[in-house]
Amino acid sequence: MSTQVQLPIFEGPLDLLLHLIKKNEVSIADIPIATITEQYLATLELMEFLNLDVAGEFLVMASTLVHIKSRMLLPAGEEESEEEEGADPREELVRRLLEYQRYKEAAEELEQREILTRDVFVRSATPSEEVPPRAFREISVFELLSALKRVIDRLPKDSFHDVTLDKITVREKMTLLLDRLRQTSSILFESLFSEARSRMEVVVTFLAMLELVKVRAVRIYQDQMAGPIMIEAAAGMDEAAERAVIDDEADEAKDGQHGT
Amino acid sequence: MEREEIKSIIESLLFVADGPQTLQRFAEVLDGVEKETLEAVLRELKAECEAPGRGVRLVEVAGGYQLRTARVNAYWVKKFLGGRPARMGKATMETLAIIAYRQPITKAEIEAIRGVDVDGVITTLLERNLIRAVARKDVPGRPFLYGTTPEFLQLFNLKDLSQLPTLKEMDEISLPEIPGDVISMDQLEEK
Repeated sequence: MSTQVQLPIFEGPLDLLLHLIKKNEVSIADIPIATITEQYLATLELMEFLNLDVAGEFLVMASTLVHIKSRMLLPAGEEESEEEEGADPREELVRRLLEYQRYKEAAEELEQREILTRDVFVRSATPSEEVPPRAFREISVFELLSALKRVIDRLPKDSFHDVTLDKITVREKMTLLLDRLRQTSSILFESLFSEARSRMEVVVTFLAMLELVKVRAVRIYQDQMAGPIMIEAAAGMDEAAERAVIDDEADEAKDGQHGT
Repeated sequence: MEREEIKSIIESLLFVADGPQTLQRFAEVLDGVEKETLEAVLRELKAECEAPGRGVRLVEVAGGYQLRTARVNAYWVKKFLGGRPARMGKATMETLAIIAYRQPITKAEIEAIRGVDVDGVITTLLERNLIRAVARKDVPGRPFLYGTTPEFLQLFNLKDLSQLPTLKEMDEISLPEIPGDVISMDQLEEK
């Protein structure tokens, strides 16, 4: 067993012993102690060689095994111990192994039951504790502004043409953004401006986005500090957007009467 | 109240319920309806859920009744919900099994069986609310005695602790791994 590196992870010395007993196809009640001890020690060496953390319990068991082995080598009656005459030195170990095996099997049986969130689910089921709620952070206006600046800086330098010619309104851009969000639930901040050809267009798009954030039709978030900024449709986006447009129209009409 | 009406109400309650609901709870809500009637209605609902093509089961778990998805649909439900269920390691499962069968039990007693330190595992199980300290043992140091929680029963689809698979007697233990029986709804029904 020189290159046998594939080592199962043993839960403890008893687990390792059961593994060896199974591997050698011997009975727990009649363990060939010399063979098993030898293999046990070899496995410990291998574990140490592989830098696996060999817990103290493994070493305690090693000494127990060696002790049992030596007692079995002694002719019956020569050992002057206070223990009962003729008792099998393996008895205590066998008892522990059987007891452990019992719970190991019980654990395997439990494992096969219909486990909640693995086999069966309930209505309010949270998939698991491992799935954290989406940890997005709110973004400050300053972060947004510097992201905006990066977009503007990347604009082609020859975009000096008269921007007032193609007049773009915030309303139009809001509608466009909403359309995109209806198709994909989230958009990368930068990609909002991928078709913008002028400074003005970038700014108008940006204002449209801010407007939608204000009315809570969309959310801006970032998974991590300095990570990509994402724009996402908020729950009830369409409703919120509708209200915004109405407000906007009201503003335009300089009506001054804002409905609630 | 008509039987059909009761059944319809119970189904609605089961649908909105958060966690398993006891017969007692249904009896309180459906004031005046005999418990026997409620039980019969629940049995009917359970049988109806078993019909081919149905994806929800009515199960008796942790002392109550609860709607759960059918096991055969696990793959699709998981795909829909996304995320992976928290898997329990062997050490955790073994420790949990020992506590389930031997409760109330101290940490030292668990360690005597497993032959390893169980500090970390106990913490995990406490955090996951699958076990709790139920008392202190009257021995030096007054160590905590641990037992399982209702969440444990829910996790393993157990009506109560008596439903735990019978622990094998020492002489019944065989080394080759025999897959344990999965208790099906049919078997539950027979009870």
